[in-house]
Amino acid sequence: MTSIAKPPVRHKSSRTNGLGLTIRDYEGAMSTLCAGCGHDSVTAALIQAAWEMDLEPHRVGKMSGIGCSSKTTAYFMKQSHGFNSVHGRMPSVTSGAAAANRALTYIGISGDGDSLSIGLGQLSHAIRRNVNMLYVLENNGVYGLTKGQFSASADIGSLSKKGEPNEQSPIDPILLALTLGATFAARSFSGDKKQLVPILKAAIAHHGFAIVDVISPCVSFNDHEGSTKSYAHTRDQSVETVIADYLPGDFVPLTREITVSDTEEEIRVVQLHDGGSVRLRATAPDYDPTNRESAYTHVRQCQQRGEIATGLLYVDEEQGREMHDMLRTVPEPLIEVPYEQLCPGRAALDALMERYR
Amino acid sequence: MSGINDFAFKMGTVNGTGSASANSLLMQAIFRMGIPVTGKNIFPSNIQGLPTWYEIRVSKDGYTARPSDVDLVVALNQSTYARDVKAVRAGGYLLYDSSWPMDAELLRDDITVLGVPFGRMCIETFEKDRDRTLLRNIAYAGALAALLNIDMTVVEGMLNEKFGKKQRLLDANHTAIRLGYDYAKANLPCPLPFHLEKMDKTSDSILMDGNTASALGAVFAGATVGAWYPITPATALMEAFKSFCEKYRVDPETKLHRYAILQAEDELAAAGIVIGAGWAGARSFTNTSGPGISLMQEFIGLAYYTDIPAVFFDVQRCGPATGMPTRTQQADLFSLAYASHGDTKHIVIFPADPRECFEMAVQAFDLAERFQTPVFVASDLDIGMNDWMVKRFEWDDSYRPDRGKVLDAEALQKIERFSRYLDVDGDGIAARTLPGVGGKGAYFVRGSGHDKHAAYTEDSDAYLELVDRLKRKIDGAANAVPAPVVTRHAGADIGLITIGSCDAAVREAADILTAQGTPVNVMRIRGFPFSDDVREFITQHGRVFVIEQNRDAQLRALLAIELGFARDSMHSILDYGGMPLTPKVVVDAVASHLVGASA
Repeated sequence: MTSIAKPPVRHKSSRTNGLGLTIRDYEGAMSTLCAGCGHDSVTAALIQAAWEMDLEPHRVGKMSGIGCSSKTTAYFMKQSHGFNSVHGRMPSVTSGAAAANRALTYIGISGDGDSLSIGLGQLSHAIRRNVNMLYVLENNGVYGLTKGQFSASADIGSLSKKGEPNEQSPIDPILLALTLGATFAARSFSGDKKQLVPILKAAIAHHGFAIVDVISPCVSFNDHEGSTKSYAHTRDQSVETVIADYLPGDFVPLTREITVSDTEEEIRVVQLHDGGSVRLRATAPDYDPTNRESAYTHVRQCQQRGEIATGLLYVDEEQGREMHDMLRTVPEPLIEVPYEQLCPGRAALDALMERYR
Repeated sequence: MSGINDFAFKMGTVNGTGSASANSLLMQAIFRMGIPVTGKNIFPSNIQGLPTWYEIRVSKDGYTARPSDVDLVVALNQSTYARDVKAVRAGGYLLYDSSWPMDAELLRDDITVLGVPFGRMCIETFEKDRDRTLLRNIAYAGALAALLNIDMTVVEGMLNEKFGKKQRLLDANHTAIRLGYDYAKANLPCPLPFHLEKMDKTSDSILMDGNTASALGAVFAGATVGAWYPITPATALMEAFKSFCEKYRVDPETKLHRYAILQAEDELAAAGIVIGAGWAGARSFTNTSGPGISLMQEFIGLAYYTDIPAVFFDVQRCGPATGMPTRTQQADLFSLAYASHGDTKHIVIFPADPRECFEMAVQAFDLAERFQTPVFVASDLDIGMNDWMVKRFEWDDSYRPDRGKVLDAEALQKIERFSRYLDVDGDGIAARTLPGVGGKGAYFVRGSGHDKHAAYTEDSDAYLELVDRLKRKIDGAANAVPAPVVTRHAGADIGLITIGSCDAAVREAADILTAQGTPVNVMRIRGFPFSDDVREFITQHGRVFVIEQNRDAQLRALLAIELGFARDSMHSILDYGGMPLTPKVVVDAVASHLVGASA
């Protein structure tokens, strides 16, 4: 039951963020997902990221479709406004909400079934529309809520719990996003909170559509030998291509600082729209996370080797024009434009009538 | 009966050859002569090459229904000669292009055939092939001006307005109109026995199509988010909204827009955008037609079940499937009234002409926000795409949008706990908050089972409480939707019930029947759920006819289901071939029923 409330206990020594809120203030209802579900780790990372970024909970719209992943929105930020829409259609609902009120932070949570089958069209067009939102794709290669069918992200040869191999080629959300012109594409692993939290923060701060594909194993139906979305396989095969850290404009980072580089030249700093920046260090010397073509090639090559490229794989902050830039809308939310500025009034109507004579 | 300012004519042409501008020029010229006029464009679902017709009816008495008879046919499409000749009433006229030998098909003993060599004259006069084709239409408009006594100063003034400083086009059009006019004057019996004479019956009217009018209503209602997917015959609505917004909603200094129009990837997304925007607090809408409504069903159910306002303009066309996209029908009534799975019922309002499209667009946004639910404005192709002569629109500057029950931060302070779906007032309408409001105003929208606090539940009692509240809410809208319009004739025991664009034909038919000694009353339904007035009208009449444009008598069925009447207590008059209704269909059906009943 997604409405099970957690007891509102606040420990005296709890650290507070810039808003005076503890991390408990960013929690939601008790999870009803299976014990050990990767999605719950994503929830924890989202809570951490939102708390560290001082997001005002009531200024956040939590959006989702249908499925195990889409339940996640109930498990964090209980003081935020949430919307479980219909299967695969979260992107359009978020597009509409963002069109109406651009001042909120939109966090969309989806899964591989929700995003890559029924919702593939809507995901694709939200990317094209460049809606200013974080789109977390909790990717486990399987339909959990209907007990174990392959999803469109299942790799060829990956075995189901019953031992049947998947025959169809997978849809890779990162390759899809890069192809469609996404301006922010990252992949992470639910079991690697250290990597995931700064990526989520950079994604939230990004001006435009930011997709974060999180391999999030399904303990009930896809965590066995032969699965390529299991904990063990993901841990073994994930290759951190780009190490990223998000730095707010006027803040000393709380998360892992990138200190492991040998020389400063290896660290690239990408300025973000909100005044912050994201610091990137590629593990491969020639990897350029601002070059769409080489990013695509690298992800594809990793995939062919059976590896999972992770990190902030591509970011384009400079050329990214989000939906409102393309629509040339006024800077204030449309819902705040006074009616007097929306209605032309009687005199204008009377004048207009002459055009129809 | 045809006579001065009381006749009909039609042009049969080829789609894509530029006849539309000539036809609208003729219609507008008649309107500017002060004579009530109606134009119906009967066009194919393609861009170039198939047959198309334009029917113009002039009526000194102000009737605006599609004409039952045609006095003059202009036959310019050889492939439709046979049909066009047949369409002329006995004693009427046929005008054809005599550049080529006369086709035997054009011969009919009981009509007068007139020829003008439009093609040859244009070939001799204009050098460019394109001019020769396009200006042939202006030439026939000129011949009609002579035959029907259209004021040439009006026509030439309109050409000046239209082409302005485009001197070459202006000159060419003036030349072409004179080609036809002068030839007819010199060679044909001008004017014909039925023709035009100036009146003063249109000064308080305009000519506008329903899609433009709906769009204008959306602007005046304060709608800021429009989402859509192109579909005939609804497309022009969003295009008009865009054009009005560009005129009225651009910040003069920054040039930034106080509106957002999203062309979605499909109708599903369009509905999702509208619902997302409605949830966020914007007045949002989509425009679509039957196939789009089919695709939107899932989202309509979500919005109904989660109390989210949204406005859907459904410009109906012939279904099912792709049907006939450029033909008119009223066959979406079932799919609107009970859209989506599960137990649902929706507010639907039915404009009859563009003026009502304007007014009802505003009402639709008020109803959607007051009742926090999807609202459908069901027009059709005839209303949406044809130019109608209607009274000028009016606006009361004191109007302010009815936002319904919305709790802001201040209001939330005054209550102990906010429960999204708690029916405090007993009308089924719970107060909502808008995302972004702080304090206790946040809640979770979910299409799965939820209780009055918006919390997930699969508890039977909580479910029943919710769905019964929704029923109470929508039923309560019956007296808030636009009231039916009733026209009475003394002594009538026969009632005609109709809807939407049938109105003009039904009212004219009622006048004819009454004049023939069979007085009838007419009720036009304008809203669903039905109000008590509708029930009363049915019980007041010994015999009730329901006139609508669909095969399965959807309106009659809804009346029977919703008001508890036996279906056979009402007689259906159904006209669903895709053309706008004519008075004759109604008169003949009522008359034959009465004859049958008395036999």
